[in-house]
Amino acid sequence: MVQLIYLTTLLPLLGFLFNGLFGSKIKNEKIIGIIGSSTIGISFLIVVGAFFQTLSMPVDQRQTIVNLFTWIKVGNLDVNVSYQVDQLSLLMGLIVTGVGFIIHVYSIGYMHGDKGFGRFFAYLNLFIFAMMNLVLGSNFLLLFLGWEGVGLCSYLLIGFWYDRKFEKSTTSDAAKKAFIVNRIGDFGFLLGIFLIYLTFGSLNFNDVFARAASLNIPQYVFNFIALFLFIGAMGKSAQIPLYIWLPDAMAGPTPVSALIHAATMVTAGVYMVARCSIIYASAPAIMEFVAIIGALTAIFAASIALVQNDIKKVLAYSTVSQLGYMFLALGVGAFSAALFHVMTHAFFKALLFLGAGSVIHGMHDEQNIQNYGGLKKYMPKTYVTFLIASLAIAGIPPLSGFFSKDEILWSSYADGNIIYWLIGVVTALLTAFYMFRLVSLTFDGKERFGHDKHPHESPAVMTIPLIILAVLAAVGGFIGIPEIFSGEHGNQFDNWLEPIFQPAQAKIAMFGVHSSLEEIVLMVVTLVGVIGSIYAARYIYIKNIKPAEKLSKRFNGVYNLLLNKYYVDEIYDASVVTPIVKGSEIVLWKFADIKIIDGLINGVANLIEKISGSIRKIQTGVAQFYALIMMLGIVAALFWIILSL
Amino acid sequence: MINNYLITFLLAVPLAGALLLLLINKDKENLVRYFGLFVSTLAFIISIIIYAGYDSAKGGFQLVEKQMWISNLHISYNVGVDGISLLLVLLTTFLTPLTLLSSWKSINKKVKEFTFFMLLLELGMLGVFVSLDLFLFYIFWEAMLIPMYFIIGIWGGPRRIYASIKFFLFTMFGSLLMLVAIVWLAVYASGTLGHFTTNLVELYSIAPTIPYGIQLWMFLAFALSFAIKVPIFPLHTWLPDAHVEAPTAGSVILAGVLLKMGTYGLLRFCLPLFPQAAIHFAPYISTLAIIGIIYGALVAMVQKDMKKLVAYSSVAHLGFVVLGIFAMTQESVQGAVIQMVNHGLSTGALFLLVGVIYDRMHTRLISDYGGIAKIVPVFATFFMIASLSSIGLPGLNGFVGEFLILLGTFKSPVLDSWWFAGFATSGVIFAAVYLLWLYQRVFFGEVKNPKVNELKDMNKREIFILSAIFVFIIWIGIYPSTFLKISETSTKKVIEQVFSPVNTGSK
Repeated sequence: MVQLIYLTTLLPLLGFLFNGLFGSKIKNEKIIGIIGSSTIGISFLIVVGAFFQTLSMPVDQRQTIVNLFTWIKVGNLDVNVSYQVDQLSLLMGLIVTGVGFIIHVYSIGYMHGDKGFGRFFAYLNLFIFAMMNLVLGSNFLLLFLGWEGVGLCSYLLIGFWYDRKFEKSTTSDAAKKAFIVNRIGDFGFLLGIFLIYLTFGSLNFNDVFARAASLNIPQYVFNFIALFLFIGAMGKSAQIPLYIWLPDAMAGPTPVSALIHAATMVTAGVYMVARCSIIYASAPAIMEFVAIIGALTAIFAASIALVQNDIKKVLAYSTVSQLGYMFLALGVGAFSAALFHVMTHAFFKALLFLGAGSVIHGMHDEQNIQNYGGLKKYMPKTYVTFLIASLAIAGIPPLSGFFSKDEILWSSYADGNIIYWLIGVVTALLTAFYMFRLVSLTFDGKERFGHDKHPHESPAVMTIPLIILAVLAAVGGFIGIPEIFSGEHGNQFDNWLEPIFQPAQAKIAMFGVHSSLEEIVLMVVTLVGVIGSIYAARYIYIKNIKPAEKLSKRFNGVYNLLLNKYYVDEIYDASVVTPIVKGSEIVLWKFADIKIIDGLINGVANLIEKISGSIRKIQTGVAQFYALIMMLGIVAALFWIILSL
Repeated sequence: MINNYLITFLLAVPLAGALLLLLINKDKENLVRYFGLFVSTLAFIISIIIYAGYDSAKGGFQLVEKQMWISNLHISYNVGVDGISLLLVLLTTFLTPLTLLSSWKSINKKVKEFTFFMLLLELGMLGVFVSLDLFLFYIFWEAMLIPMYFIIGIWGGPRRIYASIKFFLFTMFGSLLMLVAIVWLAVYASGTLGHFTTNLVELYSIAPTIPYGIQLWMFLAFALSFAIKVPIFPLHTWLPDAHVEAPTAGSVILAGVLLKMGTYGLLRFCLPLFPQAAIHFAPYISTLAIIGIIYGALVAMVQKDMKKLVAYSSVAHLGFVVLGIFAMTQESVQGAVIQMVNHGLSTGALFLLVGVIYDRMHTRLISDYGGIAKIVPVFATFFMIASLSSIGLPGLNGFVGEFLILLGTFKSPVLDSWWFAGFATSGVIFAAVYLLWLYQRVFFGEVKNPKVNELKDMNKREIFILSAIFVFIIWIGIYPSTFLKISETSTKKVIEQVFSPVNTGSK
């Protein structure tokens, strides 16, 4: 099965080609949907097979390189299309194909009747193709191919309904913004790749990481590499200051938000940093920077989510915030905890988005939660699964989010910096609050929608995926039960990834001795706060709507600041976008290019014309004739020069 | 030994084709078209045979044919190919039939003359790439201007006369200095070798002995001529005018092949003949190239005319090629060579696509479009792929070239600073900006101009032309080895010529 791993990229590629070329001709949604989903389903089975095969291998041999062909070979540069099957890539592969398959199936129901049905499935398959290359690639260049590929699919899918309006602008504005902001990150990523090649003479993971651990390389080189790569991660994984594209990415169909902008693609940055753990471990200053950015992003985005009224916007900012959590974990050296959260987040956030999709579907494309209310009796399955996901993200035991979030909080505390822990806890409280504000306004309380809306539960093809994800979101955390509870077996999840992060962990030598009592105390403190937060949200938004209004009136300035997302988009527009566009048009093009450069040349030409005015009489006015004379003149001059030598 | 005459045969085909064409009655327009297509396809087949006969592992000039021409001056008819010129020959013979095919309907006045000039143009371009004698090279270099001049001047847009004269004068100006330099070189050779010569291989052998001070002047004389053709910033202002006024076929050839003659010249003559000067000027020219990358992209971004946008994007793309050449590493020069081909394919495709829509709407103003993705889905898909290729998306051709160029620039011994590569890499952002913005304004959103509702999607002929190009766009993106191998030994040789011990020691 391990050797067949290339099928997990090949099958989605074939699915893309089939639905891309023939999708618009086949009018049958079933055929398109079944082909589109089955390529991913089979891929998932292959990854599962490869997982169990790898599990049966001795711990020190759990890495297989499957080499396909030479991609770019020039001089010393030798890059292959080859896949690296190991603990980390298998974990990511399972998430991508597993959650991916569920979302493909859901999409059959969600996209029913859409004119672009075939195109949608083609793009989704192309996405899985790129994402699998991203996580399986055994070198930085193949990782980058996947990286750009998922960016393209994200672009195509955000702008899927390219003729629609989206908020103040259009879906295609949102799509373009996503691509370009990501390109800014890619610029950093590319610089990182060049520097890696310059430093280590290779782009293969195995070579680079082995040399990073053994060679004596100046500190500043590690710092630069780690920083450049992290700039790439900031773009793809929506961290400050490059997070601005992700909330707008909600212009895409909801399954896309679930798959690409919550569960998989946006975690690519986390994967990449974790993959390069040894490089980061060698650059402590940048690790600190990663932690700071992560922590700031987590609390900043959570604060915006508090007041948003679009159901998908709340979830989008929540995603940004949770990604911040993951980077906080990476920054404090808890690589495994970051990936654990990647996994549990994939379950509960995909579920939240699909649940939101189900609500939007049932409410005829209404997305404003102020116009919902009391929906739980109309869509009970959606409600229950959404509630499970909300409890999971809030961190209520024993649901999956509790374990992963707790591990991150504990790691940041153990790292010795109490501020990180504090920011983490405050973010957790905010998260619980905005999630239950969302749940309460949507499913509880009075119905606030008009009579023209007839809310209904979604078909089975949509609710069954919800139920599967709900089970995963509920029990998925059990594979990562912390050592203090699980005893001698330790944390199974950490054990599985241990060989990958061992070199980095050895370098950081983190986790001073803390009593397990401390861990339990912190856990209880956080939990009490979270439960209080949930009750506060339910009290305010179900029992009595007034305190919310009072609060927002009292703190009008803060409320508006949050509602308008700190005006970051406006600031970027005024300080970056407009000056570049206007400057290019007025200064570069109309002034420098036309007036100065071209003007100078035309000026010279005019001068010559004036001088030659006296001999103008022999001119015939036929331009072609001039050209001929000129040619003859040159040839004559040439011969004259040669012969007179 | 047919091999010895293959290249002459290649040159003879478009020449004979052009002459035979004169015998055809000009009213039989379709016959003229089919004949032109047949001749240019034949040239393509011959170039494939040349490719098959070329031993890329061995490198060097092969399939060489040499006939004394002006014997007391040692000027010879001397032709042959190495890996670098072979790729450009293939590009030329590949694009020419496609451009003729693309003009099938859009050129409907003076079809015979048009085909005649296109074949002469092909002859001139091929001659430039296969000449191994500077005198012969110069003749082809100049001769090629004439058909291009007519193609813009007769079949061009409203300001065609202005554009064609500007094009002509710009390039002519540069060439004259090159001519002086060629003559000087030949005279210098007579002092060293005992006889006057313009033979390139002989000149290569004496290049290291040229005094440094003189190299500088010679380099500048050659480089100016090539820099105008490329064009390198700030010598680029002829290009947007020429492109906007040229008919589609002219634009495709202009961007696809003609500009490459400039970068080819830099690589073939400036580097190996004046190595020390090349090293001396490398940081300056690279700086201009990087300005071109960013400046070209920013100016492209704010264009209102699609064709002008693509034209300015060429300034940016060719900036990458020039940077690759002057970074002088194996990676960067290989990247530059493959990027010459890439630019020919992706910008060629973009011009063809702009031509497709222009044929239907007779406007190239971006603001006249909007929302046409729904109306012409096939066209939209093709345009997207061509844009992505131009943006440099991994998996398509553009990425391979850009990546190698930037990687090589990073480790360049002559550009001993990360700033060069750092600034150049920022080009990846801007390329995405101008192309995606163009795409958005033309294809997405709501239909604003009711006329576009009647747009017809691409026909079979157009689909065939673009598909042929896309085969290579994807091929080079996924398996570039096929093409990188062709030029590998040859680019290595150029770098060796620049850095050979004699050179570094004699300064």
